Amino acid sequence: MILMIPDTVIQNPAYEVKGNDMTTKQISVFLENKPGTLAEFCKVLQKNNIDMRALCVADAMDFGIARVIVDDVYETVTVLKDEGYICQITKVLTVEMKDEPGALSDILAILGDKGINLEYTYAFLTRQRDKAYLVIKVADNKAAANLLEAHGVKVICQDELEKIFGD
Amino acid sequence: MQRYFSPEKETASREQVIEWQNKGLVDAVKRVWDNVPYYRAKMEEKGVTPDDIKGIEDLHKLPFLTKDDLREAYPYGLMARPLEDCVRIQSTSGTTGRRVVAFYTMNDIHLWEECCARALVAAGATKEDVVHVSYGYGLFTGGPGLNGGSHMLGSLTLPMSSGNTDRQIQFMTDLKSTVLCCTPSYAAYLAESIHERGLRDKIHLKAGIFGAEAWTEEMRHDIEQALGIKAYDIYGLTEISGPGVSFECEAQTGMHINEDFFIAEVINPKTGEVLPDGEKGELVFTSFAKEAFPLIRYRTKDICILSREKCSCGRTFVKMTKPLGRSDDMLIVKGVNVFPSQIETVLLNHGYAANYQIIVDRQKNSDTIEVRVEMTPEMFSDELSKVTAKEKELVSGLKSMLGIYANVKLVAPKSITRSEGKAVRVIDKRNLYKG
Repeated sequence: MILMIPDTVIQNPAYEVKGNDMTTKQISVFLENKPGTLAEFCKVLQKNNIDMRALCVADAMDFGIARVIVDDVYETVTVLKDEGYICQITKVLTVEMKDEPGALSDILAILGDKGINLEYTYAFLTRQRDKAYLVIKVADNKAAANLLEAHGVKVICQDELEKIFGD
Repeated sequence: MQRYFSPEKETASREQVIEWQNKGLVDAVKRVWDNVPYYRAKMEEKGVTPDDIKGIEDLHKLPFLTKDDLREAYPYGLMARPLEDCVRIQSTSGTTGRRVVAFYTMNDIHLWEECCARALVAAGATKEDVVHVSYGYGLFTGGPGLNGGSHMLGSLTLPMSSGNTDRQIQFMTDLKSTVLCCTPSYAAYLAESIHERGLRDKIHLKAGIFGAEAWTEEMRHDIEQALGIKAYDIYGLTEISGPGVSFECEAQTGMHINEDFFIAEVINPKTGEVLPDGEKGELVFTSFAKEAFPLIRYRTKDICILSREKCSCGRTFVKMTKPLGRSDDMLIVKGVNVFPSQIETVLLNHGYAANYQIIVDRQKNSDTIEVRVEMTPEMFSDELSKVTAKEKELVSGLKSMLGIYANVKLVAPKSITRSEGKAVRVIDKRNLYKG
């Protein structure tokens, strides 16, 4: 079921869920589009015992952007920079869904109904069997997070995300 | 059939040519001394005055001019006539983005057109021919030059300009074009398109004059076979006048330089020393007959060999080989002059590092240029559309600087090959100068 809440709630910048940063950190990495680059990238992570929880690759004609969710963001960025990769930390929203048909479409409908455009999105699973997680990139994280929370969707913050990985 | 456009000039004795050149040089040096302070200062610096110049044996005493001088003196600094006497400007790309502009009086235009008319006649054209000009028109000298030459000869002229292949072929078949003028790569492309459309039997071409870029003997052979024509080379540069500074005759063994208008020298590019005929070096021109924009000892940066061997066509003018290379880093891509420094300027203006690599290739007889740029943290984004938008901005920046489309490829940092600490900036895969 989709709850209707007034637009003013979403647009009011003073309104902040729990007063916390509701975002999680994704690492975006530039990869040249040629055979072996992704394998090489994964090897670097493996060599440094970095556990990749989610991966999404977007590709243009000549290059690609790998977006990863890892357990230790700062460690990973340090390693990648040392290896000469161009990368950045991007704040994204991670929401919890029931791992069942229709869960994703409900969430997307909440955003779509309010005209919130998704720059990109991808999903991942953890060891918790009944749950799935959706990573979304929107222009205004706060507005989207508030909207989702107002509809009863759980938005995961960075601490919670790390805890999930720790389980 | 007419064999020469200006027989009394083109077949003049060596003594006669030297006499013209002596007289022309003395006159040009005086005019430049009186009217071009920029060059006068160069002469004074070398301690040379017009009195020291009695004829071409004194040419070596005069200072050189380079493209840098043209840039320095941009736009009016090398004019020997007031603007009101000029009727035309043509232009070509220069180093680091500043264009080279050349000025013409009416006589200068006629001189240039006569050069092109001579080239057309040498290719077998007469007033009965239909001359199909598919060089670009505008600031580029290709179109206007051959167009004017064809007029002067009295041929029916089709000012097609470049592009729109279907229209080119339609005119070629419907209006029975007999002489095609364009870049060799465009000629090859047209030939291919004609074959694809099965119209080989519908064309009436007998000759082609192809210049503005380097081409090989293999390419000549391919074009001649595909179109059933004789293909002739033509050479020129805007600074000196435009196409027609030299042109090929029926012998197809080098290009006759119009020595009644231009003095050619070949020098050692490192020392500036004049080399004897037959030795390979940098081509230098003195355009003594030009009124508005006479250049004394202009270094073309083209490497070639001059030959005074008797030519079977009967012309006595010295012959030059096709350019065998460049003494600078200029590239000619799709007939357009491209300097790596221009590309560098665009990259820096768009926030990229000056670490890049230019890959030039020729696919299906058409030039391609790719600029490989190393990604920087500043240019990077997690969103594909943002990065590709920046890439597109760079492509259009390059297009407006170079005048041609260059493909951009973003590569990983530090991935551009460095040899001995110095990056290899240009990889030209075309092998145009293989002899």
